[in-house]
Amino acid sequence: MTLPVIDRATFAELQETAGADFVAELVDTFLEDAPALLAELRSARAVADAGRFRRAAHSLKSNSHTFGASALGALARGLELKGLAGDPASDLEAIEAIDAAYARAAEELKGLRHG
Amino acid sequence: MAEQGSRLLVVDDNKVNRLLLARSLDLQGHRSALAENGRVALEMLRREAFDLLLLDIEMPEMDGFQVLEQLKADLHLRDLPVIVTSSVEGVANIVRCIELGAEDYLAKPVNPVLLRARIGASLEKKRLRDQQKEMVRRFATSEVAQDLQQSGFTLGGRRVRGSVMFSDIRGFTALVESQPPEETIELLNTYYTLMFDAISGHGGVVNQMIGDGLMAIFGAPLPLPDHCAAAVRAALEMIEMIELLNAERAAEGKGRIAIGIGIATGEMVAGYTGTQQRATYTCIGDTVNLAARLEAHTKVAQRAILIDGATRSELDERFAVDALGEVPFKGKAALVEVFAVGLGGGG
Repeated sequence: MTLPVIDRATFAELQETAGADFVAELVDTFLEDAPALLAELRSARAVADAGRFRRAAHSLKSNSHTFGASALGALARGLELKGLAGDPASDLEAIEAIDAAYARAAEELKGLRHG
Repeated sequence: MAEQGSRLLVVDDNKVNRLLLARSLDLQGHRSALAENGRVALEMLRREAFDLLLLDIEMPEMDGFQVLEQLKADLHLRDLPVIVTSSVEGVANIVRCIELGAEDYLAKPVNPVLLRARIGASLEKKRLRDQQKEMVRRFATSEVAQDLQQSGFTLGGRRVRGSVMFSDIRGFTALVESQPPEETIELLNTYYTLMFDAISGHGGVVNQMIGDGLMAIFGAPLPLPDHCAAAVRAALEMIEMIELLNAERAAEGKGRIAIGIGIATGEMVAGYTGTQQRATYTCIGDTVNLAARLEAHTKVAQRAILIDGATRSELDERFAVDALGEVPFKGKAALVEVFAVGLGGGG
């Protein structure tokens, strides 16, 4: 079973409890901040800073779950739990997968925020 | 239910989380301020008053665990309720939060219904704690309240040297029977206000009130230099206060009241006795028993203030003291030298 890019039930519930207008703003904030988190993952990997790496993955996971971005959240959680790998190549591969998952999630969120 | 309109501080390094939590709080009728890491949060907590803290764990600069540690060590902030909101992995981390004093833990994304319930419960607990603190302040004086806060309510004693005072109103039972109950309570309130003032004004701590009697300690929980002289000065001031009260009562056509005071000095075991739910600061030992006996003996000796030899030996010549000889007291194998402190003896 593949995880949904955006779990619609979670997103709808967020809109219902926080208000659709507010959620639209919140999506914008996420779309503004997330690229920096992805960049942080790469730069933490580059200097092998385990703390920064874990925190960036943690933030991405946390935000993904807020919007129901299940696939992205699962990848980010995987990185958070695993931490920096001994072999940078496997981390870079994982970061690329996260980049792709984020791109898909961002697309759907942009559509949903207007809905 | 929880009071609306409380002021909360939200600490989270992630903007989306901060905004969403603030929104939830706003919808629940609370006001909130935002901080982006632990260091900023502590600065704000030390500057402004908040009713509750919503704390993230994973943060740069200063994480949630460090914030909890600092709060615990801070006398003014240790009672601030903290709800940890985090998606930190592992039960061990949650346990660590609770052990560090967090009131509750909510996993992110935070469910607004759960959030409301936990905030309500925490604020209610804080209200009760504040009430309790107020009670301690009112009935146990600031020294005991402070000691309680610093020592964090450990039951158990330590050995201290100090002076113990017992005092009560002479012929109080007859007085009670001769006047309406409202008047008795009013008299007691006036009496206690005056006595508390005289005692705490000289560094003593009233730790027990029973009917018209009270027990006070000089030298515990906080050490007091010259506790003998302080206790005797307090006693003299108490007698003076009663005289003022009597002048007032005479003007209203009411009868005089008189008090007897006994003071003894020595080692005693001081500490909180009771249970975690209800405890009182008290002192136990021979010194305490002797002070009570001396107070009772004031009726026999017809003197207002009686002290023991140990108290006497630490008073200088400014106090007018009369030796009354040795007296046999119940429960005492040896005779006890008793001294009366005269009025108008200066000091």
